[in-house]
Amino acid sequence: MEPILELQNVTKSFGGLRVTSDVSLSVAQGSISAIIGPNGAGKTTIFNQITGYLKPDSGKIFFCGQDITELNTRDIVTLGMARAFQVTSFFPEETVLDNVRVACLSQKNKTRNLLKGVDDFKDATDQAHKILSSIGLEKEADRPAFELAHGDQKLLDIGIALALQPKLLLLDEPTSGMSPDERLLTRNLVKKLWKEFNLTLIFIEHDMDTVFGIAQTVRVLQMGRLLAEGSPEEIRNNPEVITAYLGEEVL
Amino acid sequence: MDISFIAMQFLSGLMMATLLFLVASGLTLIFGVGNVFNFAHGSFYMLGAYLAYQAVSVWHANFWLSVLVASVGAGIFGMLAEFLFLRRIYGRAEEGGFQILLTYSFILVIDDLVKLVWGTEYKSLPRPTGLTGTAEIFGLSIPSYNLAIIGIGLVIVVIAWLVLSRTRSGRIARAAALDREMLGSLGINVPLTMTVVFGIATAMGGFAGALAAPLRSVSPGAGIEVIIDSLIVVVIGGMGNFWGAWLGALILGEVNSFAVATFPEWASLFSYLVMVLTLIFKPEGIFASRKIRRI
Amino acid sequence: MKKSLFNKDIIFWGLFVVVFGSVPFLKQSDYHLMLANSILIWGMFAVAFNMLFGVTGMLSFGQALYYGLGAYSVGLVVKNYGPSLFLPAIGLGVVLAVITSILVGLLVIRLSGVYFTVLTLAFGQLAWQITFRWYHFTGGDDGIQGIMPSGVLENHTVYYYFTFVLVILAIWFLRRVANSPMGLVLRCIRQNPERVRFLGRRVRRNQLRIYVISSFFAALAGGLMTGVTNSIHPDMFYWTTSGEVILMAVLGGIGQFFGPFIGATVIIIIQDVVGARTEYWSLIIGLIMMVMVLGMPRGLVGEIRGLKARFAPGRMSRG
Repeated sequence: MEPILELQNVTKSFGGLRVTSDVSLSVAQGSISAIIGPNGAGKTTIFNQITGYLKPDSGKIFFCGQDITELNTRDIVTLGMARAFQVTSFFPEETVLDNVRVACLSQKNKTRNLLKGVDDFKDATDQAHKILSSIGLEKEADRPAFELAHGDQKLLDIGIALALQPKLLLLDEPTSGMSPDERLLTRNLVKKLWKEFNLTLIFIEHDMDTVFGIAQTVRVLQMGRLLAEGSPEEIRNNPEVITAYLGEEVL
Repeated sequence: MDISFIAMQFLSGLMMATLLFLVASGLTLIFGVGNVFNFAHGSFYMLGAYLAYQAVSVWHANFWLSVLVASVGAGIFGMLAEFLFLRRIYGRAEEGGFQILLTYSFILVIDDLVKLVWGTEYKSLPRPTGLTGTAEIFGLSIPSYNLAIIGIGLVIVVIAWLVLSRTRSGRIARAAALDREMLGSLGINVPLTMTVVFGIATAMGGFAGALAAPLRSVSPGAGIEVIIDSLIVVVIGGMGNFWGAWLGALILGEVNSFAVATFPEWASLFSYLVMVLTLIFKPEGIFASRKIRRI
Repeated sequence: MKKSLFNKDIIFWGLFVVVFGSVPFLKQSDYHLMLANSILIWGMFAVAFNMLFGVTGMLSFGQALYYGLGAYSVGLVVKNYGPSLFLPAIGLGVVLAVITSILVGLLVIRLSGVYFTVLTLAFGQLAWQITFRWYHFTGGDDGIQGIMPSGVLENHTVYYYFTFVLVILAIWFLRRVANSPMGLVLRCIRQNPERVRFLGRRVRRNQLRIYVISSFFAALAGGLMTGVTNSIHPDMFYWTTSGEVILMAVLGGIGQFFGPFIGATVIIIIQDVVGARTEYWSLIIGLIMMVMVLGMPRGLVGEIRGLKARFAPGRMSRG
């Protein structure tokens, strides 16, 4: 099967510092995979380039067979890619429902409408409610988003991305800043969403229980380079990865 | 159009550029270091001009002493404005808009306070003794006061360059221009720095106002004209950029000077023309830092 | 939630129609009618301005450009071609405002934050300079006097109700926009423009749309105002005009749809009571602005609603 996402020799430098160094990878349709690596390894920078937020200096990025290297964020998103952020990104003054609903409306291309009320779009509203129940925020629907607890805000961020009905969903540290209990819930939730919405899912994560618990493939970045790629089992036993990143305690 | 005409206009443009630079660099300093946009910067220029007038005409001070009075006075008012008012809105959501609104209220208040103290009629100052005549250079007679302003401007540029590149405070200022949060982590007293930088910036405005007072008469409402000229300067040069302000002032000063000589009626529109052209071809300004482009 | 929103609108519209609809019956002089008419027109101007500032987060300091354009279109057409063209001239004004706002918007919306504010100011001042200098076309500093609408609109009461209906339609339209999907996107742009891009929306395109819409109503306000004051003056383009509409919005509350209308009402009444007795008008509005920014950033309407929320048990304040 044709890969949904392919990076070919992607390289990016910031003022002489190589943050992405000749990265090539290929992500299978319908898969769930993780990107791990120490802080500053260039994980988020890769996401930024995939989503068109940064342009690589050289190399090519293909999404569903189409060259998206030169496209901007907006066009890439309309092709079916969505993203949740490491630092939660949402609309704090809007209600939880409207945070998701604006994404539903955007996905349905209804945001140019000037004269109908938001409530008149029944299908977008229903869909938003459905996503809220999938992520477990249904009972918070009418609260302004800034009132939510941090963990719920992380989930809301994911919900906004889901509402775009993406083929490929990128999650940047979905469990960061969460308590161990919340992490467990989120891990199960991510796996459930992956199945429920037929997604291809790539996530960046520091929590190894989450990584080894749900990823089919794990890729390790170190100083901008792709150090290793393989099944959780292979990565766990890869001596290079152990010295570079995992250390002893994981074993 | 002979060569002496061009030389004359060029020198006159250089003088305008110097005054513009003195005002605009204060505006750009506080924006670059403190990320504060002082919409009322022109009002501190105006305040400087009035303080100089007060010192010379009422207290019979020497002109250069009055320039000092104007700079220090404008600086003190600036520090008070920062300490009493602006400080209260730092970090508030949508700070940028409220900064403009608050400094806009300063313009209105300062305008009327000036009216209360000095009345509405135009004020002007005589040129300082020793600089009332003209100087002969290459057969051109140039008002010696204009030459003095150009000279002062050069000295200020050199001093500013030395401060920015050679001193600790200069390095801090340049670092802050890139990243305000970093200041705190360097163990610097951020609130105090903000007040002092605001004082220096407004003092530069007052200094320019006092120097310009013998050339242009001043009246309440001068603040807004000056701020718009300074804005065009920083739009051309790139906001928060010292050398950009210098280049912007030079371009605007020269354009103005030649426009006044050739199309006196419509001269004031040429500044805007330069601004529009900059916006079309280089919207982030000639010397923009990357920070501004991204916002 | 939805219910209370509905009720708030009903209260506003009810009061609005009763109060402004009855002015022609209660007035003691034509002056009162003129005052009420100014409040209507400036109220519409302020609500439209707030779609930019309060909703989308774009502080334009140059809406006077479009207000002046609307007014001068009417003034110059009526002066040169006669009062029968009063209404078409208002149409011309808004068309010119739409064209100008697209051109200016394309230039200034590429830059955001402070840049947007100062550039809109600069374009407004440019228009003022041109009007001021182009004496034989615009009348320069003298402006133009004696601009009257023709026909039934010559009657002050008829003109008043004509504006009344237009203002109702305008505010109703803007209210629809605020509640529409586009309104939601605009609010989101103010709170988190980057995330809006990641929703697949064009931020600048939406900003341009609302800039044009807001400028349309600024020009309509300028055109309608000539029928009230019967004169035009370059100051309509001046930055203080932009400042005044900003003050109205901030005073009433930029987070409230109807707040700016209340702000306009208060400012025009203060202007009427105090303006005649003092030459220090800018000191007064400067102090009002300072108090609002420092002490009551949510505006009069926002603060009152905040108080109500605080004393109503079991409800969270929305900040």
